Amino acid sequence: MDSALFLEKLILIVVILAVTLVMALYFTFGERKIAAFFQDRLGPNRVGPFGLLQPFADGGKLLFKEEIIPKNAEKWLFILGPGIAMIVATITSAVIPWGTSLPIFGRTVQLQVADVNIGILYIMGIVSIGVYGIMIGGWASNNKYSLYGAIRASAQMISYELSMGLALIAVVMMSGTLSLREMVEQQAGLNWNVWYQPLGFLLFLTCALAECNRAPFDLAECETELIGGYHVEYSSMKLGFYLFSEYINMFISSAVIACVYFGGYNFPGMHLISDPMILGLTQVAVMFAKIFFFVFLFMWIRWTLPRFRYDQLMRLGWKAMIPLALLNMLATGAISLYNAQGF
Amino acid sequence: MSELTIKNTGQMISTETIDGDIATLNLGPTHPATHGIFQNILKVDGERILSAEPTIGYIHRAFEKLAERRPYNQITPITDRLNYCSSPINNIGWHLTVEKLAGIEVPKRVDYMRVIVMELARIADHLVCNSVIGVDTGALTGFTYMFQEREKIYELYEEICGARLTTNLGRIGGFERDFSPTFHTKLNKFLAEFPDNFEEFDRLLTRNRIFMDRVIGAGPITAERALEYSFSGPNLRAAGVDYDVRVMNPYCSYQDFDFDIPVGKDGDTYDRFVVRQEEIRQSLRIIRQALDKMPAGDFHANVPEFYLPPKEEVYRSMESLIYHFKIVMGETAIPAGEVYYSVEGGNGELGYYLVSDGGRTPYRLHFRRPCFIYYQAYPEMIIDSVLSDAILTMSSMNVIAGELDA
Amino acid sequence: MDNQQLLAHIAALTGSEPNAVEDTYGMLNVHLETSSLLRVVEGLKTKHQFIYLTDICASHYPDRVGAEFEVIYHLHNLVANQRVRLKVALPEAQLSLPTLTGLYAGANWMERETFDFYGVIFEGHPDLRRILNMDDMDYHPLRKQYALEDETRTDKNDTFFGR
Repeated sequence: MDSALFLEKLILIVVILAVTLVMALYFTFGERKIAAFFQDRLGPNRVGPFGLLQPFADGGKLLFKEEIIPKNAEKWLFILGPGIAMIVATITSAVIPWGTSLPIFGRTVQLQVADVNIGILYIMGIVSIGVYGIMIGGWASNNKYSLYGAIRASAQMISYELSMGLALIAVVMMSGTLSLREMVEQQAGLNWNVWYQPLGFLLFLTCALAECNRAPFDLAECETELIGGYHVEYSSMKLGFYLFSEYINMFISSAVIACVYFGGYNFPGMHLISDPMILGLTQVAVMFAKIFFFVFLFMWIRWTLPRFRYDQLMRLGWKAMIPLALLNMLATGAISLYNAQGF
Repeated sequence: MSELTIKNTGQMISTETIDGDIATLNLGPTHPATHGIFQNILKVDGERILSAEPTIGYIHRAFEKLAERRPYNQITPITDRLNYCSSPINNIGWHLTVEKLAGIEVPKRVDYMRVIVMELARIADHLVCNSVIGVDTGALTGFTYMFQEREKIYELYEEICGARLTTNLGRIGGFERDFSPTFHTKLNKFLAEFPDNFEEFDRLLTRNRIFMDRVIGAGPITAERALEYSFSGPNLRAAGVDYDVRVMNPYCSYQDFDFDIPVGKDGDTYDRFVVRQEEIRQSLRIIRQALDKMPAGDFHANVPEFYLPPKEEVYRSMESLIYHFKIVMGETAIPAGEVYYSVEGGNGELGYYLVSDGGRTPYRLHFRRPCFIYYQAYPEMIIDSVLSDAILTMSSMNVIAGELDA
Repeated sequence: MDNQQLLAHIAALTGSEPNAVEDTYGMLNVHLETSSLLRVVEGLKTKHQFIYLTDICASHYPDRVGAEFEVIYHLHNLVANQRVRLKVALPEAQLSLPTLTGLYAGANWMERETFDFYGVIFEGHPDLRRILNMDDMDYHPLRKQYALEDETRTDKNDTFFGR
């Protein structure tokens, strides 16, 4: 590995990290604005033009708030919880292909931090670590409400990861690869996986909502029952980390959905653009457009639907989602086999 | 597991946290779902509730004691603070009680005006309750839609009496002034626009699959148990008993209006929600009829001992000055006697038991607060259900802390 | 069923004529002995459909020596739409009467409230504790001897206005 490649990757990582954080920051703003739109309100509009600086005001407020660590909390785990949540949320973006490549200073820069050939497995693995952040934080707070939140969150995430994985396996069987880049490349033009895997997509979307702890699956922090759930005792930037990680998770989930089911950076007529610079930038823009659409969808769902009850959530996960995912997998297998061999 | 004794009472408060499989969970006093301040000490096994112990009285303001020192017309502001979601009903209920004690006959027009105000208050009350059920299931949007409508009702109150939440509306014998033309314009606008917005809210929740899954079967109570517990209002009707004070003992000419009493079947949260939704529609019907049939006449009874004369009269005529002085200083003679009068409040039978010894203030005034009476069934309704259901049951019972604690 | 018939029913239940009867604003007031209260209420509930307990409250009359306290019950017959008010006078020395919680589940908190404010003991009540006031309060605030305002105040003359 030459040093130029190292530098290139380092810069890319920094850029993507910065973009992810800014995105998360502005998703909080977007969430408030979209909620306001749904609820016939104005939303934040005081800080900066159209309230655009609101997220920085929020972030600043969180930073300067007093740090409170409850006396009976497990101090180190209490600090570790939001840290894990934040780290796990940010490192998922490593395998997302944001575009093919950009020519910068004569080098062809691949717009992906790590094109590992097991990208999907990596994401599944990292996501399942994510639950530890919530679980550890909720348990270490030594508060019954946060403990309830943590228990709910871990049970929910473990159950929904199963059907999420099963839904993904169907796609993997179809495309024959675990690399996200290859998967995206196969979906050139409008040849998107969602046309072949509509059920898989719906399952994955539902699971993504559950994995991000978003309504209608936000039982872990439902404010009217658990007063915020696992982060009741958190204050200052540790609370901020939990909140940010939720938005980062939403961003990454949308990116994964876009890559796996909606062709990632592909768009119809891509081959007509010959200039690699313009092509690369358009691809990134298309990718982000798709991500924004799904983030909007997430918010739309949150501000429309009531949330499930804990037992209904589990019933849905185990008795509806998993059988459907298995069925989907079976059907995909059968069709692949038929396509390959006939009867 | 250690124990701690609080001074003077000998009552034990256990500081035990988790004992085997059973945990103690303090739901309140400051929990977002209590919508006020009261506490429930739950014993839970996981999410399942084994027992509940309600503690109330956090905002007790000794209204009954206060009322024993206040002249009759100064008790109206106290009643505002009972069920503060529908203050005008409380105000008018109190006026009706005093009118009954003093034998005051009010003109028909006052009755109709009162009916309009009371039904507006009922709509506001039910809107709060139902939209909050939505919030407690996690659907915040319907809540904001309905609070915009409630705001319009508050603007209507403002047109009548100048106040919004604690209205102190009306006087013994009628209203302080007639409905203004602006009020009529605003009311007509409200009547034209509200049904559409309300039905939109209805469509958001009533047939929403997740919502129905959440609320059907949550916190049920049978008609028999509801009567045992002296339930009243929408909660009793949701259990299947068609007891409504407006029909049973009509006051304010309610017998003149044509409206239905919606009745539920299972007494669960969904029934309570749907009964309240339907009552809002019926209230609209009543308001329309009252507007159509509004008789001409005076907006107050001719009772100079109770009804303040116009200010210009006070300066001009001796009699008015004397009445003004007597009313303001609370020196009006009132017959000795005792009377129980009840109106259909937002939450049910709101009763006033008034004992007068002929003095300037009531000798004894007891408020029959429907919340206080039916909230005691709460433990029975939530035992063996899960925490989420308990919260929905609480919000669908519409426990208003002001009325609970008096 | 009018008030006369109701009175006859109550007389049959007590076994004797009630102490005193008034008709205030169309509602029958029946004064009962402590001993006959439970019998009358039970009879009204089981035989005469007074299944709805509207309210329980008490009142303090310090001037009535030997009957300083009065506990007032409002019952409602939802079928015939008839209400009745039952009153039991109690001396301050013996402030106790049987509980109605066995007949009406809703009597529980109403009796606790009455106990809280007047100190009336309801015998057999499952959980007779204060309900609205502080647990460590050592008096019953709605009794007339407790003035609402501080009586040592000198800046306010209540001779002409107010009790």
